[in-house]
This record gives sequence, structure tokens and C-alpha cells, in this order.
Amino acid sequence: MIDPAAVPAPIAIAAAGFALLGAVLTLLGTIGLVRLGSFFDRLHAPTLGASWGTGAILVASALLSVTDGEVAPLREIVIGAFILMTSAATMVTLAGAALHRERRERAAAGEPPPDAPAGERGTGNGADGVPPTDRPDPAGARAD
Amino acid sequence: MSATILIIALTMAQICLGLALCLACWRLVRGPRAQDRVLALDTIYITAMLMLLVSGMMRNSPYMFDAALIIGMLGFVGSVALARFLLRGEVIE
Repeated sequence: MIDPAAVPAPIAIAAAGFALLGAVLTLLGTIGLVRLGSFFDRLHAPTLGASWGTGAILVASALLSVTDGEVAPLREIVIGAFILMTSAATMVTLAGAALHRERRERAAAGEPPPDAPAGERGTGNGADGVPPTDRPDPAGARAD
Repeated sequence: MSATILIIALTMAQICLGLALCLACWRLVRGPRAQDRVLALDTIYITAMLMLLVSGMMRNSPYMFDAALIIGMLGFVGSVALARFLLRGEVIE
């Protein structure tokens, strides 16, 4: 651990706080990824890590590199701008692909699409024959 | 004193990110559909990038930034390619 003790105290504490904040937010996002019920709920949880998780860790890294003698934290700005632009594109593309797949399968099975208005979709617990959000697959027909 | 706080905080950040990687791997293995696995892989890319950044802060080394940038770029390209494959069955039309 070659952490220099030459970092002034307030900046060291601020960088420590930001790095911890970013890591804890990313962990919360992945806990959501594990625990949530349907794919479209799970889609949103990791964006915690992509937005404020990445942002806070980049701020901490920028603070440390500026006190280390760089004029401007150029690397962190480049990484931050790239993640900012690409995380939204990834989420939109993946959501579109998942919606397309769900629609195709529900049309083949004769059920209403996942984005139908609430009345047509039925209650969420399968009481009226419409299965709940993450469709169970007892026959293994959709295994991939 | 503040250097100790910084080292402890960065170590805890690495532990949190390591846990996040393990959870995302669990979703990668368990995810009932392919889109869950693509989402988990994208999360693994971002979390690995953050892990590299925190390691770069710990070691005071400039080389980790380049590795983080490369993982970020290739991860994005891989995730979008997989999503387009799920959508159409081919990546470039």
C-alpha cells in the first residue's frame, strides 16, 4: 500500500467518503439485481452503480490525483463521460430486446403483452389465469 | 491519521465491490432468461472497472486507469452486441 501520507487531511477524508459511498451504492444496486422479482425491475437496479457509484469513485480518484500533482483529472473525466453516455444506451437496447422477446412469447402463448394496461394484464398473483411478472416455466419450454 | 482513514475506507470499498461482483455472478449463473445473464454481465463489467479504479487509488499507480477505460469500452460494446443478438439473432445486419 503505497498511499502517501502527504495528502492533506480534509482531502483524504473527502476522498475516503466518496469512495466508500460509490462502493456501497454499487453493492446496493447488485443486491437489487439479485433480489428483485422480474427482469424489468432488475434492469434498473445496477444503474445505481453506473451513475452515482461510478461518479463518486471517480470524484475520489480525481481528488487524489489532483493532490498528487496532476493539473486536471483528465483520465477520470474521460472515463466518467464515457460511462455517462454508454450506460443509458446499454439499458435502452437491453430493455427493447427483452420487451420484444416477452411480446413474442406471450403472443405465442396467447397472453396479453407485458406492457398492456393494468386491467388487461390481470392481477399480479395469477388468480385469474394470467401468470405473475416473471413467468414460471414448469415444462422447461423456454429454457435458454 | 487521515492516511489510515483513507486506507481503511479504500479497503472497505474493495470488499464492497468484491461482494457486488459475487452477487452479479450469482445472477449470471441463476438468471432464468438470457437477458438476465446479459444484464449481469454488464454489471460485472462496470463493477470490475470500479474495482480497478479503487485498486489504482490504493497503489497510487496510473496504469489502472487505462485498464479501467478499456474494460469500460469493451464491456459496453459486448453488452450492446449481446442485446442486439437477443433482439434479432444477428449483431450486424
